[in-house]
Amino acid sequence: MADPYLEMHTGPGRGYPKFHIVDRGETIEILKQRTTWFLVRDAQGDEGWVDQAQMQQTLKPDGSQTTFESAQQEDFTNARWEMGVLAGDFGGANVVSVYGGYSLNPYISLELWGSQVLGNFSNAWTGSINIVHEAFPDWRVSPFMTLGAGAIRTEPKSTIVQGDDRTDQLGHVGGGFRIYATRRFLLRAEYKSYVVFTSRDDNEEVEEWKVGFAFFF
Amino acid sequence: MESRFRVLFLITAMISLSGCAATKNLFGFGNEEAPPPSSEPPGQVVDPEVERREIKEPRIDREDFELGAFIGILNIEDFGSDVVYGAKLAYHVTEGFFVEASVGQSEAGLTSFEQLSGGARLIEDSERTLTYYNLSLGYNILPGEVFIGEGRAYNTNLYLVAGLGSTQFAGDDRFSVSYGAGYRFLLTDSVALHLDFRDHLYDIDLFGEEKTVHNLEGTFGITVFF
Repeated sequence: MADPYLEMHTGPGRGYPKFHIVDRGETIEILKQRTTWFLVRDAQGDEGWVDQAQMQQTLKPDGSQTTFESAQQEDFTNARWEMGVLAGDFGGANVVSVYGGYSLNPYISLELWGSQVLGNFSNAWTGSINIVHEAFPDWRVSPFMTLGAGAIRTEPKSTIVQGDDRTDQLGHVGGGFRIYATRRFLLRAEYKSYVVFTSRDDNEEVEEWKVGFAFFF
Repeated sequence: MESRFRVLFLITAMISLSGCAATKNLFGFGNEEAPPPSSEPPGQVVDPEVERREIKEPRIDREDFELGAFIGILNIEDFGSDVVYGAKLAYHVTEGFFVEASVGQSEAGLTSFEQLSGGARLIEDSERTLTYYNLSLGYNILPGEVFIGEGRAYNTNLYLVAGLGSTQFAGDDRFSVSYGAGYRFLLTDSVALHLDFRDHLYDIDLFGEEKTVHNLEGTFGITVFF
């Protein structure tokens, strides 16, 4: 303990009251972490939650300053993995999507997408693999271009008497923005233009707009 | 006499030596004969045998995920109320915000029309199972403590959630929106009890005209942080 004192809260949040103080020079033991709060135990056995800002004022047993990993904008650029949820409009129907991405380097990443399209006349599931290029990955609002291919399974609604379920291949191009929010959190907005390679004479073209949020880790 | 010679000798020796030293310094030869640096730093009397402790930092146990199950009552509009059960997984992003994925299932009863008409069935029995999933964003709006008796205090949270998802019912998947509020009662730092109230909305055209239905749900759950 290097700070004059450390405040223990009853819970992992600013709203929880302070109920105990650890004096300078005492030692504490870290039991667990939840978001930016640490459950610590002092020499007398009292347990309480301490904020990360205060924990950084403590010293390690060898006398050096304690540091904790916390995500910053730098990690937004360099993090390997990303997972997110987006929702929006797919050619007039609602769409809910989840995706997972892996960055080969700060500029190029691969993404796997799964979406459920819920329309008035039919529903569909789509799955696709995407390659994403970010031209300025260190910007807080980072624009990207994407290219992908996959499949769509369309199921006409049961109240409409027409056609069977069908599976078609699709390809798409698109672009959008990744916006760093806070900690491991980012917002994402994108547009994709799909071409569905149907077994009929004409291919179908669908436009998709989506917004959502994601984490990187 | 002897002592005088000795003094004289000493003086001569001193002068010549100091002269040599002076010239040496003057011509810069002195540096070459500097004593070799000793291996031990000067003033080091005791070689400390204490080794610096190698401190291995243990990984701090992070508990940002919350996994649990719930059971309660779901009112399916026009189809009565029945037991609903499901599971949910939450990730706490900050002390305020969390994201949550939940799935639930319930069985729809009979509409009033079906009951009154005798045998007529609007949907098949196999289509009466309602399954939903939701991806929600939540915010712990009112953190607090409750006191039970004199010596016990428990942490609590009142949170708001809103989400999107899909509901499978009467043969189709429908885009659904849900919102609600919940109360989290932390039995320990890692185990919590939940009381949740949510409204699930979706559009359905089962009776000809399309309408938005509200399915109200009240559940009791238990979750574990890990």
